[in-house]
Amino acid sequence: MAEKAGQYQKQPLSVRARPYLIIAPALLLTIGILYPFVTAIYYSLTNLSFRRPTMKFIGLENWISMFKDPTFWHAVWVTAKYAFVTTGSEMVLGLGIALLICKKDNFFSRILKVILVFPLMVAPVIATIIWQLMTNTSVGIIEKFLNLLGIYGFPWASSPSTALFTAAMIDVWVYTPFVIVLVVAGINSLPKSPFESAQIDGGSAWFTFKNLTLPMLKPFLYIALIFRLMASMQEYGIIFALTKGGPGDTLMNLSLTAYNKGFAFLKFGEAMPYILFLWIVIYIISKKLVSNWLIVQRKASGR
Amino acid sequence: MKNSPMEALARNSMLILWTIFALFPLFWMLVISFKSDAQMFNTTFVFDPTLENYQEVLIKTDYFKYFLDNIIVSGGAVIVSILVGVPAAYSLARFNFRGKEDLAFTILSFKFAPEILVVLPLFLIYQKIGLYDTYIGLIWVYQLITLPLLVWVLRGYFEDISVEVEQAAQLDGYKWYQIFFRILLPLVKPGLVASALLAFIFAWNSFTFPLLLSGFKIMPVTVASLRYIASDTVHYGQMAVAAVVTATPEVILAILIQKHLVRGLSFGAVKG
Repeated sequence: MAEKAGQYQKQPLSVRARPYLIIAPALLLTIGILYPFVTAIYYSLTNLSFRRPTMKFIGLENWISMFKDPTFWHAVWVTAKYAFVTTGSEMVLGLGIALLICKKDNFFSRILKVILVFPLMVAPVIATIIWQLMTNTSVGIIEKFLNLLGIYGFPWASSPSTALFTAAMIDVWVYTPFVIVLVVAGINSLPKSPFESAQIDGGSAWFTFKNLTLPMLKPFLYIALIFRLMASMQEYGIIFALTKGGPGDTLMNLSLTAYNKGFAFLKFGEAMPYILFLWIVIYIISKKLVSNWLIVQRKASGR
Repeated sequence: MKNSPMEALARNSMLILWTIFALFPLFWMLVISFKSDAQMFNTTFVFDPTLENYQEVLIKTDYFKYFLDNIIVSGGAVIVSILVGVPAAYSLARFNFRGKEDLAFTILSFKFAPEILVVLPLFLIYQKIGLYDTYIGLIWVYQLITLPLLVWVLRGYFEDISVEVEQAAQLDGYKWYQIFFRILLPLVKPGLVASALLAFIFAWNSFTFPLLLSGFKIMPVTVASLRYIASDTVHYGQMAVAAVVTATPEVILAILIQKHLVRGLSFGAVKG
């Protein structure tokens, strides 16, 4: 490595600059998008509002009033609940379904691997529309099935007690295939011999799963967890399309609260701390998870 | 492994249940897109199919225009990402330079940034510099979706090509850009096409960016479809048509890129 680096030092500037020049267009293009991150921090320290022609620097006032505001803590709670419920269900279901599919390799399992991915490709907003059509109490097909079971007018997204369940179900419908695809790839990459010796030794199915399958699948599960957790913490589309955060404030997570403050109430400066807070939390968690993943991957590959 | 009949039964019934849960909504969407408004209420599976809804949505509204908007914005975003992303991926894969991993992670971190965080300030900036509700404005912000994917996935594909291939070409007297275009690019082409299509799907599905950064002039189908929920006129069949038209191209693309899907979805972390 050191030798290689030394080699690069000796090369003329034009050659040394080459990698930077090649990557430069991509960076220039994204600096324009990075700039809002910086302005977001600045705006969070001002009283910027669309109702006022001027803006003033007001220091940490927005941040302090946010931490005192019960709607903020409610939004944190909703964000945490939503992320936990959806990511948790998707991980468990994804792992389970993938294991079931891979138990046998036949025509049907191969077909399933292809068609079960479909929901993942549908836009989450469109998925929400589809589910609204199905759960609609006057024409919905699910209502008709529930009627057969003697249940009438299940409230779905319109009641505070079932709204989170409904949103989470749509999220699970769209994103569980993501976990399935990753775990199936993981299972396909497993070496055969440890499983054969476990079988010869007479290990139970649960023992094999706990001590062999699960540890070896860990790197794949980590990837799925990282992507799903980060996305579900900031979910906006499904909730917005379903109820716009309602009924009442039932589904107002941090993304929707910030959106509401900024766009509906036009208080821009006040909205920024909400979303910056979310970003900081996501950043810290993703860093931690990514470094864990690197360790797990090294262990799994036996280094 | 041992296979008792009970176990097989349990396994199969769980798989069947999940398959119904996953696929029935898509099937049902297709079915009711052929139902007239009246039949929506008094029929379930047996009804007279009609193309009424398709005519209403595709011919009498601007839906086709929204569809085209989506193709222009998503396609444009992917093309821009390919132009700047392929060289960037090559650079990250082949060269050893200071700050390389930091740069790579900066590009990846866009993927994890909350969309609202980007949108709020960008809304102000776009209005000031006249990019609000324009194709260029949307294509630019869509880079947050398409570029990290392409750079990270393609970096992996470039790393898979052994350095000897390049060295052999060098001995044959090829210049570095000739090596890139004549030898490396054809080798990564399958991966490039697949990840470009996946990036296209993600851009196509994007909702938050077009909802807040475009207005009446440009309206991708994801945003336009929402109007069918918002409006009080209850044309369920037309909602279904909007969903069918938006979702069908993606399902077809998904089948085409089957082999490369894992790699794309995991940003190159899992080489399926």
